Amino acid sequence: MSAVDPAGTAGAAGREELLRVEGLHVAYGADTVLHGVDLTVRRGHRVAVVGASGSGKSTTAAAVLGLLQGAGRVTGGRVSVCGDDVTAALVGRDEGRLRRLRGRQVGLVPQDPMSNLNPSARVGRQVAETLRMHGLARGAAARDRAVELLEEAGIPDAGRRARQYPHEFSGGMRQRVLIAMALAAEPELLIADEPTSALDVTVQRQILDHLDRLTTARGASLLLVTHDLALAAERCDDVLVMSEGRVVETGPARRVLGEPADAYTRRLVAAAPATAGRAGARPRPEGPGEDVLVVRDLVKEYRVRGQREHVRAVDGVSFAVRAGTTTAVVGESGSGKTTTARLVLGLEAPTSGAVDVAGGRRDVQPVFQDPYGSLDPTMTLERLIDEPLRIARAGDARSRRARVGELLDQVALSRGLAQRRPAELSGGQRQRVAIARALALNPRVVVLDEATSALDVLVQQQVLALLERLQDELGLTYLFITHDLAVARHLAHDVLVMRAGRVVEQGTIEDVFASPRHEYTAQLLSAIPGRAAA
Amino acid sequence: MSSPTTAGPAAADRLEVDLGSSRGRVLRRLLRDRSGLAGTVLVALVVLAALLAPLLAPHPPTQVHFETPFQVPRTVGFWLGTDDLGRDVLSRILYGLRASLQVGVLAVVLSVVVGTPLGLAAGYWRGLDVVVSRLTDVVLAFPFLVLAVGLAAIRGASLGNAALALGVAHVPQVIRVVRAETLRLRGSEYVLAARSMDASGVRVLATHVLPNAVPSIVVQATVIVPAVVIGEALLSFLGLGIQPPTPSLGIMLSDAQQYIFRAPTAALFPGLAIVLVCLAFNLFGDALRDALDHGGNR
Repeated sequence: MSAVDPAGTAGAAGREELLRVEGLHVAYGADTVLHGVDLTVRRGHRVAVVGASGSGKSTTAAAVLGLLQGAGRVTGGRVSVCGDDVTAALVGRDEGRLRRLRGRQVGLVPQDPMSNLNPSARVGRQVAETLRMHGLARGAAARDRAVELLEEAGIPDAGRRARQYPHEFSGGMRQRVLIAMALAAEPELLIADEPTSALDVTVQRQILDHLDRLTTARGASLLLVTHDLALAAERCDDVLVMSEGRVVETGPARRVLGEPADAYTRRLVAAAPATAGRAGARPRPEGPGEDVLVVRDLVKEYRVRGQREHVRAVDGVSFAVRAGTTTAVVGESGSGKTTTARLVLGLEAPTSGAVDVAGGRRDVQPVFQDPYGSLDPTMTLERLIDEPLRIARAGDARSRRARVGELLDQVALSRGLAQRRPAELSGGQRQRVAIARALALNPRVVVLDEATSALDVLVQQQVLALLERLQDELGLTYLFITHDLAVARHLAHDVLVMRAGRVVEQGTIEDVFASPRHEYTAQLLSAIPGRAAA
Repeated sequence: MSSPTTAGPAAADRLEVDLGSSRGRVLRRLLRDRSGLAGTVLVALVVLAALLAPLLAPHPPTQVHFETPFQVPRTVGFWLGTDDLGRDVLSRILYGLRASLQVGVLAVVLSVVVGTPLGLAAGYWRGLDVVVSRLTDVVLAFPFLVLAVGLAAIRGASLGNAALALGVAHVPQVIRVVRAETLRLRGSEYVLAARSMDASGVRVLATHVLPNAVPSIVVQATVIVPAVVIGEALLSFLGLGIQPPTPSLGIMLSDAQQYIFRAPTAALFPGLAIVLVCLAFNLFGDALRDALDHGGNR
């Protein structure tokens, strides 16, 4: 661990170790997934554990709390919390001791605010329940304290909202409820496992700011588990980079991000879109390009059950995309960006307005977000990739097979994979298959609906590079729907910022990033983690 | 990177292996569960007993032995005793199982063949959903016994008509399951992808929705079998199903009730046989659902 104490936290209290993990080994059945993890969190310190999915970062957090799933168990090493050795309780699954550990000494803010609240119990009762469980308060006192905690966690009108159910809360508000629960017993150490990865950037920033304030006010320590290196660097004193169950690098955040010593960390830093922003924007294709996709005054209304008024998901959106360029549509959830994509793809009919594509409907093909969900699990890759050809009745079996081979080459997948099924591939490979499928009919426009959002940073970088290469080689036009401005900047020439169904700002990526005209765009930009640090 | 011609045969081998292992995984999961193992073994026994009835039965099922009526179980030659006409209870149960399963299979095939396309259509096209769902409600609201009595009155009571009535009565169940699966799958990204490739609705249903709905349909079919077996016994008991002297578990129960105090076992064993069949298929169906649930595909 770092021997360097950042200025300000030094002193007697700053040296006290709240969490000390030495040589932690964890195995699921016969597979060892953690190979000797060392980690120290001092009082008042914030430590981030960073890594790709499967690196063991969440397992580390779960192991420390005795929350390993299924066949997972601690097979070696030592864990001490607040100076007490709890290894025996973790190994022996001493639930009584572990319950005292969780909540009282260590609070946990879990990743998914949707599934971690009981949908059929009022929010206030769930917070009060935590207090009762730890014997801190009961009855009316617990109810009052629950409201106070919700208020502290930043929920406005907490007295009224405590009587509501989780479904009446937005994602960000639910995460605040979970924070209130984690802080209920005033633990000295808070473990937050990807606390904001399900949330929009602006909400993410509010939550993290709030977490910062709360931990500072109480002098609590924070162990933040995240896949986002920039976010870790911005929010924490120390960063610990994990890969394949090992800690590959650890040190003060600025040093790790600024001058990474380990090769893997260097790759990770280089791949992070927020920090790896190219010097200028992507060069535009030369020559005068025609507009291949023109959208005029697009409106889509939905009728909401039980309401008389229609909801306008898309409200008067107009734009044009030049051949061979990328236009990014950026916005948070509910902004109407995905509905716009669906209208462009012809999956839904617009209430009014028009989508004109040079060519026809088959000249617009999609790549969706979820590489697990967008490929039919019962089909082989060959069958998946040649489906557009079959639908269009293009060619015979032999020519289709040849085309599949070509497409696999184009997306850099081995032809030998043609008879495999999606379940045998990694997320990045699956997304390559989805791209190959989209290219099968030589479309002019590809709609990328959050196409890289579900991927780990390193894989995301590879897929973005692939998309860039394909665009240069084939002259493709992309409509890139994303919530991630950093990624948009990487791939796009033009950008469209949407909010509540309307386009609030549009222009070239350089202009919008350098001098946003709309206040909302500025807010979005400043919420990108690591933008200040980079 | 290998050329497609050399990859062809090797890849085909791989495919076989993969399919095998995926099925193997479901089977392993099915047998690891204790009630799953019990269900599978019981279903296998019941089906074997029904199929091999002509070989296993010690007597022809309709052979009358006037000299030995009301034999108690464990009599030499008549392991489960005899009924009022001296017919061997064991032989009649074996043949009765045969009839039960025949009706079961016929009715399930009928309800799946009719219900699946309707369920797919209802789940996919909203306009059709209203029509199909109301029709479903009508069939559900219509007492199936009235249907069976009507059929028996018009076309005569027979095994086939019993199967027809039971099959129709279970169509709504299949429609509902398939419709729910279709609703779930039509929102999936691979269906969206196919739709934006301009695939027709029929094509999407046939290539993407149906193959992925098969596990649920299979599970539903195994759940319908015991219901149909009971239904057949009920119809035959009332004289609306299989006609004497052909053995059926329902007929045996109905006959035996007349002399239930003289030879209670003549009613007990057919009843137990019905319980056994239902238990077997219910256990099997439950375990199969669990086994398929935990990622037959993933």
